[in-house]
Amino acid sequence: MAHPSTYRPASGVAKWLDERLPVARVMHDQFMVYPTPRNLNYWWTFGGILTFMLVAQIVTGVVLAMHYIPAEDRAFDSVERIMRDVNWGWLLRYAHAVGASMFFLAVYVHTFRGLYYGSYKAPREVLWILGVLILLLMIATAFMGYSLPWGQMSFWAVTVITNLFSSLDAVIPGLGTTLVQWIWGGFSVGGPTLNRLYSLHYLFPFIIAGVVGLHIWALHVPGNNNPTGINVKSPAETVPFHPYYSIKDGFALVMFLLLFGALLFYAPNLLGHADNYIPANPLQTPPHIVPEWYFLPFYAILRAVPDKLLGVVTLLASIGVLFFVPWLDTSKVRSTSYRPIYKWFFWAFVVTCIALGYLGSQAPDGWYLFFGRVFTIYYFAFFLVVMPVLGKFERPRRLPGSITEAVLGHEASAAKPREREAVA
Amino acid sequence: MTSHSCLKLFGVFLLALALPDRGIGDEEHSHASELQRQSWTFTPPFGTFDNAQLQRGYHVYRDVCAQCHSMRLLSYRNLGEPGGPEFSAKVVETLAAQAQITDGPDDKGQMFQRPGRPSDRFRSPFPNDQAARAANNGALPPDLSVLAKARSGGPDYIYALLMGYRDPPPDFTLAPGMHYNEAFPGHQTAMPGLLRDGMVGYTDGTEKTLDNYAKDVSAFLMWTAEPKLEERHKVGTRVMVFLLVFAVIMYLAKRAVWVPLHRRRDGAKQSSSS
Repeated sequence: MAHPSTYRPASGVAKWLDERLPVARVMHDQFMVYPTPRNLNYWWTFGGILTFMLVAQIVTGVVLAMHYIPAEDRAFDSVERIMRDVNWGWLLRYAHAVGASMFFLAVYVHTFRGLYYGSYKAPREVLWILGVLILLLMIATAFMGYSLPWGQMSFWAVTVITNLFSSLDAVIPGLGTTLVQWIWGGFSVGGPTLNRLYSLHYLFPFIIAGVVGLHIWALHVPGNNNPTGINVKSPAETVPFHPYYSIKDGFALVMFLLLFGALLFYAPNLLGHADNYIPANPLQTPPHIVPEWYFLPFYAILRAVPDKLLGVVTLLASIGVLFFVPWLDTSKVRSTSYRPIYKWFFWAFVVTCIALGYLGSQAPDGWYLFFGRVFTIYYFAFFLVVMPVLGKFERPRRLPGSITEAVLGHEASAAKPREREAVA
Repeated sequence: MTSHSCLKLFGVFLLALALPDRGIGDEEHSHASELQRQSWTFTPPFGTFDNAQLQRGYHVYRDVCAQCHSMRLLSYRNLGEPGGPEFSAKVVETLAAQAQITDGPDDKGQMFQRPGRPSDRFRSPFPNDQAARAANNGALPPDLSVLAKARSGGPDYIYALLMGYRDPPPDFTLAPGMHYNEAFPGHQTAMPGLLRDGMVGYTDGTEKTLDNYAKDVSAFLMWTAEPKLEERHKVGTRVMVFLLVFAVIMYLAKRAVWVPLHRRRDGAKQSSSS
């Protein structure tokens, strides 16, 4: 949030540097005294968790890259060599693979939190758009990373997804085929494809890091939204980021790491697919090609559409529509807590996403396909019908006058005795 | 935010966790779900391999499986490493030397045969996939190195497969050269049920039954697929204990930081209500 700088250089050297490149000032103003609404709940801790996960993925990934060989006939064995002969290699690889799942878990919670509390509404539209961009980049990065072990599922996932571009043949004959061959670097998925996926998989995380920088910048201009969705009205309604939120985010991160650790040490392959421990074989298609769990909802949407080109368009639109959410939602009220009708549609949307995830893991026929279509329709209806229309008709509950009033009014009776105990 | 919606959000969080579990290829799981779970010594969170079982499993693998199946990711030295069968260095050398390894080219450009060394990879029964197919009625015996991770159900599946040979039901048409197996998807496998009671010599007094062979070799294959499992469980315990203690400390620290703020708020509440 825009606030006067309170940084005072402590030494001559600090003053000298401050006049030339005020990094210490920025750190102090933006990460120490940065005024943060005092009523943020634990759903707000996922931003910090995501930052940690990005760094963890980059650190483990850079070390893995020192041992990995991006060659068609050696990739699988080089990954197994990491598991067997590289010091702590098993830890690095499982941390990276499970870490990808944890990263997506956190980003989905973070996104749903933004949706629930209206964190995309003015003046935070750019912040939201940058977030959707990060999600897109994460999807691309995770997809490319999954190809690298060059197991059966890696190979066939690349085949299926790159082949989506061939649907452009329906627009201009030959365009799709040409594009796909250009992407492959040949006439089928092979060594050149693996090499470029590896190169881009290494590049993209740093682009993500850059956009994350902009995302945080765009956050710090208007400041945090909060569970009431009401603007901060006085400095008394904020607390400095450090120590209040550094410690709260830290505690949440440790809790998150407990879950991460449980998966990493006790069930590292739970979220993976057994077929990916079979080396890639272009001559043998696995009985079921399924993506990683975090892509299953999108996979269900893709397969819900009978036409290939339209399916791809729908798939892209399912993420693309998020860019327009700030303008699709016409409600003046940010927080869903004060929207009695919208609340139901929101939770129906959450259920829809989970249901699509389940359906994405099933073969698309019979009732699975039918429900896949029903939920796909609701997925889009939520953004394109519910958001614009409901905002105009719904009568929101009375908003509290301020954050202070919201906190005091709402917890005065119930929470006070408990907090007294905590103090005592 | 009400505690009610808090609960709901938490429910979503849990559902999101449950989702992937259901998401992983349910079709493949359909045979795995019928699998009977065996009791293994290596189950998380504290499980370790039973060295004696792995040693017996190695003998079953070497005397029976290795006639057709390769295990190209393993070296003889692995047999002596901690967290595995842990054969003594002397025994590892002997076991390696029992295999004839093709080496070379020598000074004259010729390939030659020599006894194996601990640093050698496990000897493959066939020089290439084509030779393996030619010798096995057209079917390729899969490499066993990571098989326990490449089949859903893992060691339970391998055990069920080895124990699953039956006479086909009367209405079942078996393709020529195929064998009926209850655990195999589709029930037709090119692998014959070779294991029989008393087939492999055990020196530690364990009964020489098919059941024991199947169990021991399944455990052995779990180790070959996941040789760092013991280390993983051990490190996991330390990390989880550390994180639990750290979580308590962080919680207390968080509360200590926030309590003065809550106290002020309480004061404000009292003055506003009075």
